[in-house]
Amino acid sequence: MAGIVGYGAYVPRNRIRSEEIARQWGKSPESIRKGLLLEEKSVPGLDEDTITISVAAARAAVARAGVDPARIGAVYIGSESHPYAVKPSGTALIEALGIAPEVHVADFEFACKAGTEAMFVALGLVESGRVEYAMGIGADTSQGAPNDALEFSASAGGAAYLFGKSDLLVEVLETYSFTTDTPDFWRREGQFYPRHGGRFTGEPAYFRTVESAARGLLKKAGMKPSDFKYAVFHMPNGKFPLQAGKHLGFTREQLETGWIVNTMGNTYSGSSPTGLAAILDVADPGDLIFITSFGSGAGSDAFALRATERLPERRDLAPTVRSMLDGPRRYLTYGEYAKFREKIILND
Amino acid sequence: MREVAIVAAGMTRFGELWESSLRDLFAEAALEALAAARADHLDSIYVGCMSAGQFVGQEHLGPLMADQIGMAGVAATHVESACASGGVALRSAFLDVASGMSDLVLAAGVEKMNDGADVTAVLASAADQETEAYHGITFPGLYAMIARAHMQAKGTTEEDLAWVAVKNHRHGALNPKAQFGREVKLEEVLCSSVVSDPLRLLHCSPVTDGAAAVLLCPLEHAKRYTDRPVKIRASGLATSTMALADRKDPAALDAVKLSGERAYRMAGVKPGDIQVAEVHDCFAIAEICCIEALGLTEPCAGRHAARSGLTALGGKIPVNTSGGLKAKGHPVGATGVAQAIEIFEQLRGEAGARQVKGARLGLAQNMGGSGASSVVHIFEGV
Repeated sequence: MAGIVGYGAYVPRNRIRSEEIARQWGKSPESIRKGLLLEEKSVPGLDEDTITISVAAARAAVARAGVDPARIGAVYIGSESHPYAVKPSGTALIEALGIAPEVHVADFEFACKAGTEAMFVALGLVESGRVEYAMGIGADTSQGAPNDALEFSASAGGAAYLFGKSDLLVEVLETYSFTTDTPDFWRREGQFYPRHGGRFTGEPAYFRTVESAARGLLKKAGMKPSDFKYAVFHMPNGKFPLQAGKHLGFTREQLETGWIVNTMGNTYSGSSPTGLAAILDVADPGDLIFITSFGSGAGSDAFALRATERLPERRDLAPTVRSMLDGPRRYLTYGEYAKFREKIILND
Repeated sequence: MREVAIVAAGMTRFGELWESSLRDLFAEAALEALAAARADHLDSIYVGCMSAGQFVGQEHLGPLMADQIGMAGVAATHVESACASGGVALRSAFLDVASGMSDLVLAAGVEKMNDGADVTAVLASAADQETEAYHGITFPGLYAMIARAHMQAKGTTEEDLAWVAVKNHRHGALNPKAQFGREVKLEEVLCSSVVSDPLRLLHCSPVTDGAAAVLLCPLEHAKRYTDRPVKIRASGLATSTMALADRKDPAALDAVKLSGERAYRMAGVKPGDIQVAEVHDCFAIAEICCIEALGLTEPCAGRHAARSGLTALGGKIPVNTSGGLKAKGHPVGATGVAQAIEIFEQLRGEAGARQVKGARLGLAQNMGGSGASSVVHIFEGV
């Protein structure tokens, strides 16, 4: 059986509070806190982007796996904020980690689903025997237009998963994908900020897709929500994943550990993968874990996972997600945030 | 003029109907009305719709909708009077039958608002472009100014406004077709986010998709289609200045008053005779202004009506038993026809948990813009 042999996550230490953004636009911070369940979000530093986040997460994954990087035969980075429109993110990563040059590399994009998409393909290549190890990464420095509801959630971070066939930390029991042409959120070539269909992103897009994928996986695996110790769903805001979980019959306790959006924000392609990393940081051997991503456009990948005896032995070899969320943080003013996110127009 | 009756009605659920297009909505409501009357032909069709052109890029709704229900060939007209489009479509159908020109007429209203358009900007095109919209004024802004004027003139409070929302949500919770099938608490309304001071989110009607249709014929033919026709006793249409700033008293909504007076005169009834009413509560303040202008309350007592229960189910004059625009939803072009359907059901004793006992005389008032057009119909169960 193939599965996860190493995992790692990275969340930048810059933060901005919902109040600070709300104050800037004359919005009520209470309605953001109560309506979207968002307290603060991570912000990339001036020298951080999808590549640096991916490298940090990938290093942690390799450390936990204890695998020679040169044995990794495929690397896929899923993101909607690849720094270059033309020039791969993955090439910088394979050089930084010592994986190059005998490796297949590709950059993926599928709105917020690109991370699990990279994981899905990496898993498939390992299962088929085409490569010995393959890495799937989801990372983003998400864009949200000023004064858009997205500005309260769009944040930065990511997680990397190394797949192999032996010394597994986590077994992949089953996968399921659900995809339709549902244009709820998009960014055209040359545009800096994404656009979205407002409330259309909810019921017909997120909920239909996530819940269909989750139900599909449960049916395919012959399992039910109560079989799982933990569950994580893509977190565009605080409310949606809790609602989707509730509709499906998961309890708040099952969702709690992976639900990190209230202080991390929505790291787009990194969202549910980082939630999964937070679960792996604490899961016991034998625990069953349920993950369903969501990418606008729209699609979901769902995985049923089981933690092995090896997981507790290896996880201390890299920082936990909680240590990055709760550890040293630097709070930005809106002005600093605007500078960091390059929202201020400068003369060259 | 011939006496005119409504003999059948059809209406979609109101809400964010992502799976239904403009034409789907119309066809569902229209075919339901035709089926209810077992009618296989029409002499003419009136389609009330504010702005399909801006919302979904579709104009020329007359032939489109006739075609959609397999009636290409029938005389069909698109009627527009902003948010009063549905009410004015009903009036057009009424005049068509009353005049003797047509014997079986469909009056429908439809709006598809949730399809990606900038709804606030589209709606603002019903304000005066040169003196209002160009300066950035939106409808929440205009009604906020009406609310401020009303507060200053009559002592109305934010809490008075909130009670209108509480009452209409309570009614809407009893309406299976309403967009919001839930009640709201006074505190919830008062701490919902500010849209345009003093109006908060829960003082405002939502953005809605939906369609409604009624079938009209001469009263003397009505029994061919139904055992319980509802007679249209009167139709009153009036206008006021387009721009709010040009009105002597911005809190008075004089077009509403005038349309009401015309309808009362035509029907030969007084406001006190009305037993159930649907009025245009696009914002909570509008219901207060409208019930005052229509004489359903004393001129300065509108603000107390929801709180005291006067206009609640079980009160002396229940207003917006459907949930109103606030809770039932407000697909702008469909609203006027949907209001008529609520009264139609009330007068036929078919309103279920919302039934006003023994109601025989009902009124529906539908307006456009900040009250620049208003249309009132008075109905009687026969």
